Amino acid sequence: MLKTILRRTGQVAAIAAAGLVMSAQAAEPIKIGSFLSVTGPASFLGDPELKTLEMYVEKINEDGGVLGRPLELIHYDDVGNASNARNFASRLIRSDRVDIIVGGSTTGATMAAVPLVEQAKVPFISLAGAVVITNPVKKWVFKTPQTDRMAAERILTDMKDRGITRFGLISGTGGFGSSGRTQTLDVVEQMGMEVVADVTYSGSDTDMTAQLTNIRNTDGVEAVLNFGFGQGPAIVTRNYAQLGMELPFYQSHGVASDSFLELAGDAAEGVRLPASPLLVPDSLPDDDPQKQVVQDYKAEYEARWDSKVSTFGAYAYDGLMLAVQAIEAAGSTDKEAVREALENIQGYVGVTGVFNMSPEDHNGLEADSFRILEVQNGEWKLIN
Amino acid sequence: MLNRFMQMRLRDLIILAIILFALPLFLNNPFHYDLATQMAIIAATVVGLNLLVGFAGQISLGHAGFFGLGAYFTGIMTSSYGWSSVPALVVGAIAVGIIAWIVGRPILRLKGHYLSMATLAVGFIIAIILNNERALTGGPDGMPVPAFTVFGWELSPFGSYNLLGMELNGSEAWYLFAALVLLVAVWLAQNLIDSPIGRALRSVHGSEVAARVVGVDTARYKSLVFVVSAIYASAMGSLYAHFQGFITPAVAGFDFSILFITMVVLGGMGSTMGVILGAVVLKLLPQVLADFQELETVMFGAILMLTMIFMPKGLLPTIQMAVGKRMKKKAGGQA
Repeated sequence: MLKTILRRTGQVAAIAAAGLVMSAQAAEPIKIGSFLSVTGPASFLGDPELKTLEMYVEKINEDGGVLGRPLELIHYDDVGNASNARNFASRLIRSDRVDIIVGGSTTGATMAAVPLVEQAKVPFISLAGAVVITNPVKKWVFKTPQTDRMAAERILTDMKDRGITRFGLISGTGGFGSSGRTQTLDVVEQMGMEVVADVTYSGSDTDMTAQLTNIRNTDGVEAVLNFGFGQGPAIVTRNYAQLGMELPFYQSHGVASDSFLELAGDAAEGVRLPASPLLVPDSLPDDDPQKQVVQDYKAEYEARWDSKVSTFGAYAYDGLMLAVQAIEAAGSTDKEAVREALENIQGYVGVTGVFNMSPEDHNGLEADSFRILEVQNGEWKLIN
Repeated sequence: MLNRFMQMRLRDLIILAIILFALPLFLNNPFHYDLATQMAIIAATVVGLNLLVGFAGQISLGHAGFFGLGAYFTGIMTSSYGWSSVPALVVGAIAVGIIAWIVGRPILRLKGHYLSMATLAVGFIIAIILNNERALTGGPDGMPVPAFTVFGWELSPFGSYNLLGMELNGSEAWYLFAALVLLVAVWLAQNLIDSPIGRALRSVHGSEVAARVVGVDTARYKSLVFVVSAIYASAMGSLYAHFQGFITPAVAGFDFSILFITMVVLGGMGSTMGVILGAVVLKLLPQVLADFQELETVMFGAILMLTMIFMPKGLLPTIQMAVGKRMKKKAGGQA
């Protein structure tokens, strides 16, 4: 037993040594650092993100790398914990000396790393949602997902189109839900609408009937919006159906995945939400510039990993592609040059949307990059 | 000569000081300093917790709550109200001490599992408040904390400093500061342990009934040590917040409380140097194991389990006992 282990170790060491010699002969790799919540409560974000990064780094290397240099992905698992994220960001910057960071699955993890990144002057593309990451603009920080503010704007616009102005808001007390709630309340004022009931639930609650009854009994409520992610929104959806509430029901982009359909079952019928076109690749009109990118990403991901594609992985796809495009435009890995190139990217067609970066906008997306989907017969249907 | 040194009261402190100031010879980038600084701050917290767990024999599963309160008090006061760091740290520690005294009086009447439950609840309540008071604490997404300042002089992990002609970068300066703080924390703890209070506490640990019979006011001593350990946690929480520059409610969370208590148990309950070793090991392991990816958690658990099975007294006391036995054997052989 021990002998086999020793022999195995010997083999691995030999292979590793051979690898080292080979890479020393080839051009110096471009180091892409990443810290993601691959395990822990936010693993549904980090897992597809890591798979996407691994897969496309491999693919890019097979196609000859970037600027004739291979990419090297250095990644750590922060377990969804902000102080771990900070430590790993520190390790990536100071010990591994990466050229660019693509990572940060949650807003907490991202924000914990921001002071470090800003001081160390390393370009950082975050994969987390909240609006605070890029507003106010931080010189070295970019992000690929739409902000929660855009989601709120998109939902409220759709409500207004249906003639709804007064609605009830139910939100989770987690980071995503409470940031979404703040943004919704902010957008409501600008759009001349009104939140008539405002209730919350905590992530571990198993029944939200009381909160929903509260909303139902409020005078003049015309629709209900739920901002949250994880299992909470699925339970809210089930309770909503059990109570027989007939009002139009909106969810946030936080549940825009096929697993929500499984969790909520028939109760999800009629639910509307803003989502990435990735959920409905084939219903996109042929003249949609994103159609090709979205279909390719979905096909490649599902072929490689034998699991359903998720919108969160798409954030990592866009992050990596933006990084590659910026390095190519800069012609080197000089950090200031790459940062400037990132800031000037125009018209990059990604899976999440079409990115137009600028010094004032480090996200580069518009609210209409969200598509409004409705659940019909247990499937996503593109509304607009 | 060596023997006399081994019996000196300040022996441990001197050894610790030598290790702390020799360590920079082995640290070769700011990331290492970063980790070492965190270890020192966490170790000082655990030294305080050890007074409660190791000497008085009371379990606290909510200590991160006090740590988080200190961190958030500093964060809120220095960023939103423009306080300087030292007053924020001191006032925060006093406030946390008072809170600990108020909750400590009733819950320290409980024993065993009930005491664990009560401290657990205190920790949870603090974490929930930090999570939900979004206007004050920034909610679950956390809040930024400005750099540590004393009389207008700023200690930032990113600055550069000049100490007695030596050029120091921010990480190195923070490390030296944290090392000094740890030494002071250990010195205070050891003085407390060797005082009449320390003896009273150990008698409570041994047998509470017996202690009461010989006239020890057990309730008073228990709440005193609870308050002291909470103040340790709060002060270190304040420093941690300044050092990290960003805090989330996870610093007051259950996981963090468990980490603290694990450090005490793993390192060796009742051994000040032991719990520091526990803190170092538990802070270092995730970094060392990070290269093993999926196996990280399994290996982490296995290491903890094996240590507890084969070294139930904790790392340092077991090692000391083994070394002591060897030395005795040697001495016996010579005679």
